[in-house]
Amino acid sequence: MTTFGWPEAYFIVRAAGWTLLLTAIAFLIGSVLGGVLAIMRLSQVKLLRGFATGYILVIQSIPVLMVLFMSYYGLALFGIELPPFFAASASLALYVSAYLAEIWRGSIESVPFQQWEASASLAHSPAQTYRHVILPQAVRISLPPTVGFLVQLVKNTSIVSVVGFVELSRAGQLVNNATFQPFQIFTLVAAIYFAICFPLSRLSRHLEKVMNASRPH
Amino acid sequence: MPAVLIEDVHKSYGSLEVLKGVSLSVETGQVVALIGRSGSGKSTMLRCVNGLEAFQSGRIEVAGHVVDQDQRRLRELRKDVGIVFQSYNLFPHLTVGQNIMLSPRITQNVPNDAARRLAEEVLAQVGLSDKFDSYPDNLSGGQQQRVAIARSLAMRPKVMLFDEVTSALDPELTGEVLLVMEKLAKDGMTMILVTHEMSFARNVADTTVFMHQGRIWESGASQQLFAEPKTVELANFVKGGSR
Repeated sequence: MTTFGWPEAYFIVRAAGWTLLLTAIAFLIGSVLGGVLAIMRLSQVKLLRGFATGYILVIQSIPVLMVLFMSYYGLALFGIELPPFFAASASLALYVSAYLAEIWRGSIESVPFQQWEASASLAHSPAQTYRHVILPQAVRISLPPTVGFLVQLVKNTSIVSVVGFVELSRAGQLVNNATFQPFQIFTLVAAIYFAICFPLSRLSRHLEKVMNASRPH
Repeated sequence: MPAVLIEDVHKSYGSLEVLKGVSLSVETGQVVALIGRSGSGKSTMLRCVNGLEAFQSGRIEVAGHVVDQDQRRLRELRKDVGIVFQSYNLFPHLTVGQNIMLSPRITQNVPNDAARRLAEEVLAQVGLSDKFDSYPDNLSGGQQQRVAIARSLAMRPKVMLFDEVTSALDPELTGEVLLVMEKLAKDGMTMILVTHEMSFARNVADTTVFMHQGRIWESGASQQLFAEPKTVELANFVKGGSR
């Protein structure tokens, strides 16, 4: 039986890289989708609004684990076999998109409607209003909750271990199966999660303070 | 051909009729003050002129544009018709200079350096040349409102609308805004203003229109209208003080 030593610790740290990569990909794809959904959600066009509302409702009402199972095992039934990393990224991106869409919709809506009126009165098109007036303000408002959500995402990536993808949590389990020194191993795993999430949490808190200080009303 | 022509405009919110057939004609270079109690329909009337409020029937023509709810046509209209609001509505994430340069740049393709000269020019017009790089939050209400006026002027409008632009200001700050408007009026700008500043209406507006219960109750040359109200309602309103 092997014992927990440097090679095992290195294996776990390497796996943390996959956690970060998975987080980054899910966040990037989820952001693009989420941004589009947020704007659809606020569209004047009923069909777009309805679609976005329905999508967000469904995704938010299903555990991300089920989305993962459906994309990994479900599609396999139809002969579509997704590599675990692909299934994991896609499922997490769907989950991210629904939550970011709601965070961002709220941020957009919290820009006072007088800003829309002033912009429209200066002959700006709706697209110009979004680009030059609304989004720059909405982004500032949305930064703290978005970074806060990112912290949740880092931790939630651990669920993809169930389809056999070796990220930080799964690496810890594997090493533990071989060495059976759970306390040391999972302390290391937790410490790595903490090292990633703590600075992000602080950043979120800091952004919140900065935003409040600069926008007193 | 008048600069603004309003013909028999009706507007209601659900079953509440707020404009009950308003007609008004404003010549180029004329200054018209709309006065009346809260809820008399004067702000709604003003907002119909640049299409911020839709109306159910009647016709409005302003600076050669017919007002309807077609967004493309509204944008063309709004290049020629400026509006200044009670709450200034400057863009808080942009400096004063950027606030003013934005619209000429993106709606009229004015190049950056020309837009900058334009912004400097209109800022000088409202007496705020030194605030080009300030953010709106660091200005007083009166200064913000003057920037809002400058921002509208940078579009080179043919008609300017003012919606209770001094109502949110402390009394000691209204003077500087009114002064800018008075200068604008003297320079020949066509203006419609909703105001509670009776002395301003009386002394600066060529015509004053008293609105009451969604109708134009009484209108005429400002000096005479205030000196000799013909209706009891206007007489009471004038007697009741400025508010």
